[in-house]
Amino acid sequence: MTPLTSIAVVGASLAGLQAAQALRRAGFDGTLTMVGAEPDLPYDRPPLSKGFLDGSVPEDKLRLRGAADPDALGVAWRLGTRAVGLDVATRTLRLHGPDGDSELGADGIVIATGSSPRTLPGFDHPGVHVLRTVAEARALRAALEAGPRRVLVIGAGFIGAEVAATARGLGLEVTLVEAAPTPLARVLDAASGAAIAELHRGHGVDVRLGTGVDGLELGPDGAVVGARLAGGDTIDTDLVVVGVGAAPNTAWLEGSGLTVDNGVVCDDTCLAAPGIVAAGDVARWPNRRFGGTLTRVEQWDNAVEQGTYAAKRLLAWAAGEPVEPYTPVPWFWSDQYDRKIQLAGIPSNHATVVNGSIADQMFLQVYADDDGRFVGALGWNRPRQAIQARMLLNDGASLAEASEKLAG
Amino acid sequence: MKIVVDFDLCESNAICMGIVPEVFEVRDDDFLYILQEHPAPELHDRVREAVERCPKQAITLTDD
Repeated sequence: MTPLTSIAVVGASLAGLQAAQALRRAGFDGTLTMVGAEPDLPYDRPPLSKGFLDGSVPEDKLRLRGAADPDALGVAWRLGTRAVGLDVATRTLRLHGPDGDSELGADGIVIATGSSPRTLPGFDHPGVHVLRTVAEARALRAALEAGPRRVLVIGAGFIGAEVAATARGLGLEVTLVEAAPTPLARVLDAASGAAIAELHRGHGVDVRLGTGVDGLELGPDGAVVGARLAGGDTIDTDLVVVGVGAAPNTAWLEGSGLTVDNGVVCDDTCLAAPGIVAAGDVARWPNRRFGGTLTRVEQWDNAVEQGTYAAKRLLAWAAGEPVEPYTPVPWFWSDQYDRKIQLAGIPSNHATVVNGSIADQMFLQVYADDDGRFVGALGWNRPRQAIQARMLLNDGASLAEASEKLAG
Repeated sequence: MKIVVDFDLCESNAICMGIVPEVFEVRDDDFLYILQEHPAPELHDRVREAVERCPKQAITLTDD
């Protein structure tokens, strides 16, 4: 038994809040401190690229339900406060907030500092938008409402593709530029990625694939008036959004003694060091379900599940009890136009459509690994089958069994 | 425990069905159906997990 009378959760978004809730549900009645870099109470990020951006979801609906009553959890909120350092041996955080610098020691620490948008060289300009926080979403929404003559979205990942879809929904002209040959190339197989490109073209987006960007064109007043593409074309635009992925927020952990390599590297139970666990976008751990490759997952559902798991892991560490490794079946969704795109498990280039057809943009396909094992499934407007696929993955179903059960 | 779903919020992501198929079912019409409005006590923990993991926060529990 290790005494556990105080826990600090660093990061006051989805994973951190889930960890705090799980700690209280499990009966932890010690001091619980939530440190959040943003000034806002925990809020939901998925609507920021969709409903919040088009005005259908007002800001007061963004608050995460677990923080609806900020006093209910018995948490000391340290919002607008950034963790700038950690001493692993003494589990002491260095903080920088509205009241200046301070230190916070705790018996247990949950690291859930999330990730930040990557930036592009040549696009560092106050008129260039990124989208991660509600403050950034407010700024982008105002820019969209101002009636730009064309929106240029650089990067066709989730954020870029969803912003492009939302901007088209608002009736704006949109160009979507992606350096890879297909959209969502890091998460989808080539054929499904190509279907995403067709979906956007069908809605009138000017999609440019395999195209890098070179730099901004500025007017005499310094405002953005265009952007140069690598091939020599210039896009006439007064609103540029960059969505080229996210990097884990780990700069504050340099020199802490934790292993930091594209995230906080943990063991297979999300433990980064004695008394220190990590969850959400910032955590990198070996998922034994898929061969134990170090994995970092930037997904809503994982933040919920891993935040909850990390809380239990910390309590088990203090109690000296063993725990099962964290082996989730990843799952995400993306809403673009009237399509709901859901992925369970992990994609591969061995994809077989077993339900519907890609041409109709209503389908479910299963993914196999190089050895023919069932490892994932992708659904387009097939929510029932997508979640059934997740259950089958959880149960270790074979490719043949999954294909049969998901057919329709 | 009584399950209440706000169908204006529900987008049939079906996460709840993955956690408690005895209670939540998304059918081929893509709508969510509640199979047990008052779930049996042994299901309560998983129902609570489904509430937590609904991406639209569309499920609530009441004491009725």
